[in-house]
Amino acid sequence: MEILKTYKLFIGGAFPRTESGRYYKLENKQKQVIANMCLSSRKDFRNAVVAARKAVEGWSGRAAFNRGQILYRIAEILEGRKAQFVAELLLQGSTKSSAEKEVRLAIDRCVYYSGWCDKYQQLFGSVNPVATSHFNFSVPEPTGVVCVIADENTSLLGLISAILPIIVGGNTCVVLASESKPLCSITFAEVLATSDLAAGVVNILTGTSKELHTHFASHMDVNAIIYCRENAAEIKAIAELSSMNVKRSFVWNKDWFKAENENPYLIMDVQEIKTTWHPIENIGVSGAKY
Amino acid sequence: MSKIKKTFASYDAAPENTSHIDLKAQYDLFINGKFVKPQSKQYYDTINPATEKKIASIAKGNEKDIDVAVKSANKAFESWSKTEPKERAKYIYRIARMIQERAREFAVIETMNGGKPIRESRDIDIPLAANHFFYYAGWADKLDYAFPNRKPKPVGVVGQIIPWNFPLLMAAWKLAPALATGNTVVLKPAESTPLTALKLAEIIQESGLPDGVVQIVTGFGDAGAALVNHPLVNKIAFTGSTEVGKYIQKAVAGSNKKVTLELGGKAANIIFDDAPIDQALEGIVNGIFFNQGHVCCAGSRLFVQENIADKVIQKLKDRMKTLIIGDPMDKNTDIGAINSKEQLLKINNYIKIGLAEGAEMYQTNCALPSQGYFCKPTLFLHTAQSHRIVQEEIFGPVLTIQTFRTIEEVIEKANNIPYGLSAGVWTDKGSKIFNLTTKLRAGVVWANTYNKFDPTSPFGGYQESGFGREGGVHGLLPYVHF
Amino acid sequence: MVLQIQSPTIDQVGVEERVARLMTRSIKKESKLEGLKLALNMIDLTTLEGKDTVGKVKQMCYKAQHLADDIAGLPTVAAVCVYVNHVKTAKRALVNSGIKIASVATAFPSGNSSRKVKIEETKMAVANGADEVDMVISRGEFLQGNYNFVFDEIAAIKEACGPARLKVILETGELSTLDNVRKASDIAIHAGADFIKTSTGKIQPAATMPVTLVMLQAIKDHYDATGIMIGMKPAGGISTSKSALNYLVMLYETLGEKWMSNEWFRFGASSLANDIILQLGKEKYGAYYSMNYISKD
Repeated sequence: MEILKTYKLFIGGAFPRTESGRYYKLENKQKQVIANMCLSSRKDFRNAVVAARKAVEGWSGRAAFNRGQILYRIAEILEGRKAQFVAELLLQGSTKSSAEKEVRLAIDRCVYYSGWCDKYQQLFGSVNPVATSHFNFSVPEPTGVVCVIADENTSLLGLISAILPIIVGGNTCVVLASESKPLCSITFAEVLATSDLAAGVVNILTGTSKELHTHFASHMDVNAIIYCRENAAEIKAIAELSSMNVKRSFVWNKDWFKAENENPYLIMDVQEIKTTWHPIENIGVSGAKY
Repeated sequence: MSKIKKTFASYDAAPENTSHIDLKAQYDLFINGKFVKPQSKQYYDTINPATEKKIASIAKGNEKDIDVAVKSANKAFESWSKTEPKERAKYIYRIARMIQERAREFAVIETMNGGKPIRESRDIDIPLAANHFFYYAGWADKLDYAFPNRKPKPVGVVGQIIPWNFPLLMAAWKLAPALATGNTVVLKPAESTPLTALKLAEIIQESGLPDGVVQIVTGFGDAGAALVNHPLVNKIAFTGSTEVGKYIQKAVAGSNKKVTLELGGKAANIIFDDAPIDQALEGIVNGIFFNQGHVCCAGSRLFVQENIADKVIQKLKDRMKTLIIGDPMDKNTDIGAINSKEQLLKINNYIKIGLAEGAEMYQTNCALPSQGYFCKPTLFLHTAQSHRIVQEEIFGPVLTIQTFRTIEEVIEKANNIPYGLSAGVWTDKGSKIFNLTTKLRAGVVWANTYNKFDPTSPFGGYQESGFGREGGVHGLLPYVHF
Repeated sequence: MVLQIQSPTIDQVGVEERVARLMTRSIKKESKLEGLKLALNMIDLTTLEGKDTVGKVKQMCYKAQHLADDIAGLPTVAAVCVYVNHVKTAKRALVNSGIKIASVATAFPSGNSSRKVKIEETKMAVANGADEVDMVISRGEFLQGNYNFVFDEIAAIKEACGPARLKVILETGELSTLDNVRKASDIAIHAGADFIKTSTGKIQPAATMPVTLVMLQAIKDHYDATGIMIGMKPAGGISTSKSALNYLVMLYETLGEKWMSNEWFRFGASSLANDIILQLGKEKYGAYYSMNYISKD
């Protein structure tokens, strides 16, 4: 007798069931039930935001190099559990070759972004030659808590491709996994849980965008929202509700299999530019010794 | 000897010469390279807030005018976006030079129309506006170097809506990067301060910039809304209140329009006991009384370490006695007129709220002019985070003062607002500065200085203070797509 | 004692910005006229040269009393400032004029001598009739961190001054930073200076507005803490009317009206008086004036 896996949520480093007690049946093409997925509620989302907010200070405060190490470690663990992800993708209807390709790409993407952790600042920061006797520089800083409604069409690649550029830059996130292909998201959460990623940096929910997108967009303690699907009505509703707290709102409706869709400009979408000024003695226009 | 003292100390009036100012009685809309009458045929009065007297009649542009303006911009985009970048740069350089040549005239008009002291319009607003055009002119033919591995393209027609606190400077902040990147523009000045933008329109006309590249449409909120909602507009850049910013963000939802918002603020200005106290004092004064406090990044929440609070407050009170409040056109005036009657009412209402909340108020006993809109520089002592005057943007010369004991406490309180535009830190210790500048959630942090601006320096907010940056290489991004 | 003096740090750029702002004050009409007269009345007319002679000192003392007799209502300068050996000459020349006699002392301008010599020189200046003594601090000791030495020396000279007022020259051009200027000001004030003074005039830069502002702020802090007024004397490099008015604006806006007299503020200058007269001449004659009408003593 095979033991079936229970898929739960991933909030604050723990794997709770939805507080609502609700679930939805995930079926394969043959209409057989593969799993009972948690149908996350508004309250689950709220709990996840609390966990994500709590994690911001620690994660953004880590050395960039260290964030890179942790992301690379995630790639290593992913590599070790490749077969499990392929199996889940097959269960969810992928062909073998596309499943293997998706997992390969997901691992490579993880390595790719781990390398960005201590580099994007140098490309997108600046030292600004102001005309007064001041030293002036601009650096990117994380926006804070970012919500994601992940790609519907892939189970692993879209999810990872959205999460990585967010956490590379020191943000934390709450992610709603693909509704029709949610399995890899929770298995990926197990990867994260066994990595050195601190609790709350990534939080993963399963459920429906239909129910949750307005809550994602209206939550006043969320700094940014990224929507990776194509429902125009949801896109508009999210953009409108985002105005409640001037939330940064982006649509990343992308083909994640394409190489061009891994790039540092995605990292910069959820970064703020901070400019710092400080006087400099005895230079430039200040002229005389004093 | 006592006679000598008295006469010197009161400084005789030193009015700026206004004889060389060329103002018309009536101003029309600047659309497609020409000044045209508004379709409504209606005009409104623009006044001098220091005298309450009318200066000129201003065209009241409406939705129809905006439509014509946007279509002109859309038509001009075809050729302007394909104009050689080097040629584009030359037009912008020329505009910069022409502003410099007519700097004094611009300064006088800015002060007349907005109430800010001539010292500020002359030394800050106008030179910075010219410098901004200079800076971005140079970017026009170097854009491929600004974005690693990308080929930037202009976004199209840009709608820009600017506020009344730095009328020409904000026009420059908006126009210069938009033109350098090859966009065409419809700009709507604030209703109370249209004059320098209209003078700029004259310069743009003289400069030979192709027709339709820039339109300047004066009017009220309905014109701004029409601009935001026009289907041919590809990007909105707005500077103003958080309330209107939220309206704009909502209005463009689902439209694919790019948006940048530079909104309100309530900045913490933090003074530690090891700060260079006398310079910090100037930073406090400049932070809140610059431009009558009509500054989104004003240092309106002062945090003083408790062990030096009495000393700092006493010095601040002494320093405030030397501030000269009055005729903005006098070269010695430090604090000019409040921009409008509505704004004065708003500020006075906040002063009432502060008193009702039990905060202790301090004002110097300076005399205010009998005409015009003026407000005494005001301190509120013994305030707390829970006070409305501490939480809400007053946009006037009103400073709230709180004391603190530890670094952790002051960081927490400084960040304890929905805004995140700017902050100030004063301490002699380098590592403490970086601790704070890293943890303060604000787009601009001034350490041992305050209210500094430069075309090369990106400016913009976190959280409800908006998104996108203006100034520097980062100020190009909002005007391109890849 | 010195260890208890807590000098605040100084941000140079902030000081320069404040000065730049003060310099934008526009002083016109009556306030300009009265400001110029006040400045004239604050001058310590100075000759401190190796080639000073009795004749030169006498001529300067005459000039001090008759700045420009064709312009009515002019005040005299505040004092003449000479070396110790010319104090007697000046004293005789200025009898009943109300003009004070200041003498430099303490191995001016370097200050490199023994304390004994410095005390003797100070006593001699006072005995010869000096109303004021302008001493120099030991910059070498200061820069070595021997603040107690500097403090004790000033205190000893103050004692030697007896009834004469003591002006302490910091020679800010050798102090390198505004932080040092502030520290030296605080030491001098606490050690008993009646006035603090920027420079000997022998070292560049001499008086500057940023340096003077820092010293004025030290005076203000001392006044706020103790109620005791200390005088200020920028010296060297102030030669134009416009510059003098800038200093007066800075004085007024930093220390207030109480300090606006020659009891509390002086200009150490040799050519400033004539430039002010040039300006006042313009006011009187309604046309730009010429140095040909002004005595060059």
